[in-house]
Amino acid sequence: MRDVLRHHLFWPVAALVALLVANTVARPGFLAITVRDGHLFGAPIDILRTTAPLLLVALGMTLVIATRGIDLSVGAVVAVSGAVALSQLAAAPDPAAPGTVLRAIGLALVLCLVLGVWNGFLVSVLGIQPIIATLILMTAGRGVAMLITGGMITTVTSAPFKVLGSGFWLGLPAAAVLAFGVFAAVAYVVRRTALGMLLEATGINPAASRLSGVRSRTLTWTVYAASGLFAGLAGLLISADTMAADANNAGLFIELDAILAVVIGGTALSGGKFNLSGTLVGALVIATLERTVTVLGISPLVTPLFMALVVIAVTLLQSPRMRERFTAVRRRTGTGAQRPAARPDSTEVTAG
Amino acid sequence: MTQQTPPPVVELTGVTVEFPPVKALDGVDLHLRPGEIHALMGENGAGKSTLIKALTGVHTPTEGTVVVDGVERRFSGPADARAHGVSTVYQEVNLCENLTVAENIMLGAEPRVLGGLHWRAMRRQAATHLRRMGLDIDPASSLGSHSLAVQQLVAICRATVGDCKVLILDEPTSSLDTDEVEHLFTVMRSLRDDGVAILFVSHFLDQVYEVSDRMTVLRNGRLVGEYVTADLPAAELVQHMIGRSMDVLEAAEEVAERTERPAGATPLLQVLGLGRKGSIQPFDLDLYEGEVVGLAGLLGSGRTELARLLTGADRADTGQARVAGRPTRLRNPRTAMGHGIAYTSEDRKGEGVVDGLTVRENIVLALQAERGWMRPLPRRQVDEIVARYIEQLGIRPADPEALLRNLSGGNQQKVLLARWLATAPRLLVLDEPTRGIDVGAKAEIQKLVADLAAGGMSVVFISAELEEVLRLSHRIAVLRDRRKVAEIDGEGASTAQVVDLIAGGGAA
Repeated sequence: MRDVLRHHLFWPVAALVALLVANTVARPGFLAITVRDGHLFGAPIDILRTTAPLLLVALGMTLVIATRGIDLSVGAVVAVSGAVALSQLAAAPDPAAPGTVLRAIGLALVLCLVLGVWNGFLVSVLGIQPIIATLILMTAGRGVAMLITGGMITTVTSAPFKVLGSGFWLGLPAAAVLAFGVFAAVAYVVRRTALGMLLEATGINPAASRLSGVRSRTLTWTVYAASGLFAGLAGLLISADTMAADANNAGLFIELDAILAVVIGGTALSGGKFNLSGTLVGALVIATLERTVTVLGISPLVTPLFMALVVIAVTLLQSPRMRERFTAVRRRTGTGAQRPAARPDSTEVTAG
Repeated sequence: MTQQTPPPVVELTGVTVEFPPVKALDGVDLHLRPGEIHALMGENGAGKSTLIKALTGVHTPTEGTVVVDGVERRFSGPADARAHGVSTVYQEVNLCENLTVAENIMLGAEPRVLGGLHWRAMRRQAATHLRRMGLDIDPASSLGSHSLAVQQLVAICRATVGDCKVLILDEPTSSLDTDEVEHLFTVMRSLRDDGVAILFVSHFLDQVYEVSDRMTVLRNGRLVGEYVTADLPAAELVQHMIGRSMDVLEAAEEVAERTERPAGATPLLQVLGLGRKGSIQPFDLDLYEGEVVGLAGLLGSGRTELARLLTGADRADTGQARVAGRPTRLRNPRTAMGHGIAYTSEDRKGEGVVDGLTVRENIVLALQAERGWMRPLPRRQVDEIVARYIEQLGIRPADPEALLRNLSGGNQQKVLLARWLATAPRLLVLDEPTRGIDVGAKAEIQKLVADLAAGGMSVVFISAELEEVLRLSHRIAVLRDRRKVAEIDGEGASTAQVVDLIAGGGAA
């Protein structure tokens, strides 16, 4: 039991469970999953689907934050991605042709990768502070998306493309399968190769890493490129869901949700040690929280406040200082007398 | 200079400053007399800055008294000190580059008229002050448009505005060239002749001997003594600063065993005229397999800078390097590593260990970085390497999964060594590998260095402790004032000889 309490994922998971319980109390059938036409339906499945784009963005964000950086441009990249894909489809004679759809997807992803490379160039080569470097694209990106869509909300009908947003694969929402699949693959690569360790070394002590021969610049560049690519993929999922490219509102504030997911997951914004499994739970917590607001029938007026309170509670419980204090209180009351002070960052993290 | 000694304008008696549990200053006395240039000497960490700060009210002494002009004072800060005639000019110029020269000089003492600034008077007064400094520049020009040397003089000019009885100059010459230093000295002498007491802090022994009348030497926060400069040979000063008498140094036993180097052998690394502006003057150095080359010199003499050029940590802007006879450019640590050159920085915490990672990760870091992230070392091989070095170097705790920040300094140093030994380097450059670690670990590391050299590795060993360098080195390169001044055989070298070279030979 004590080991469970000390585990770095305990509080995020506890928050997730608490949210699910609250929902079930408010609506007893909340957790029910039914099978219709060979597809799974139900609130938990919906949550998986809505988590998908956020999970992808948060994945890139985690890697960027590990190198002491931050990527504010992901929301704009989401908009660019949707704009490119849908304008391509709209311009094609047959938007439903497989070749057209693949080309639209490919073009959107390549462009987003280029945007990520641009961010990486500003940060790793020109040495601009990440928050400023990505702020440039955060504002300029929506302008680019606006140019691509010509200032209109482009709407298209293309059944194969729509599958990305609301279709099903293997009985599960295609978006969720894709996002969780990419997440698992990246987590596997990061922990099975030396990438994770080298990223962490760079984030914790850049000077020491350089002297040890770590190619910090290339690594930093790579994570920004990856962040752009994942945001592009997220943009495809979002635009395929609505089948409309809205340059102003697509992916609005998703960068903040992603940063939040990373923080709830226990990765410090100061860089270094990162925790992909935590980010996964963090993204689920945020998606569930949004769902909870509707289920509990919370007035839209107090929704932001409600969400803020939950997030504050989770982050406080996550913080090493609060945990130490918590442990100290328990020690004084005798329940945890034989345990040393919690050291939340001393646990080796394996993601996936 | 003067026959009768005037009463001191500043008298510090038994000043103690504590940063619990450390005593940064322990009962130090300092006497500054009007009309003298007084050098404050000591190695880094000896307490020079702390003493200046205790005098100017930045730190409050826990014991002792500060008497200025016959009145006991506890200044609330540099501004308060300045109001009572004690001005300080720091190493890095603390002025506003975007303001004009006149504004900078008169800042805080601006002449006013009708509630506003009297610009014309300000410029006129500033011009007067500048003339006194022998500076012929336009007071209305912006400070940023002038060279660092001029800015330094403006800073001094500013310090002497108003009633300046005591002027403290902390490393004023570190970024100046020879002519500029001469100009500064002229100004200092003229201020001295006007009756100002000047406290001068510098790492450059030549300069101290050239300009100072008297000196106070500190070591480890304690007062070593006050001396008349003309009566203290440079060699003796160095001994006072590093704190060992000749006899003790001579007694250090030699562990370096000479393995005869075949005549005409190719150096593993040969550098010719390697240098970097503002860092170290061009130098030559040959490094052979199986040999320990020690670098001796005071702190700030260029030891670390030399090492950083050898290992690609800094890029040289002149000269060339040959690895095993082949011309090579050591562009960055990674290219140096490719040639089997490893470097442990003197800044163990800042540039050495990665304290948030485990012992295991720290040990394999360089090896893994060399392979690239796509080819991870097989876990079994990692465990084998880590276990081998934990055992060989006696790393405690012997737990590969321990976080590095929970290890003692000595053990962190061993992990750092293990990281580089795991890459099987041919040249190992160790910058202060024994600083700040306990005696036992120190002896182990010294032994390891000797063993590695005996095994054919080429080692460059840097330490502030002369006895250590003498004991381990086959050859010793001596540095002074960012220049390699001599290279001597370690075997026959006497401490006196090295101290003499460090101090600048002739000055004694």
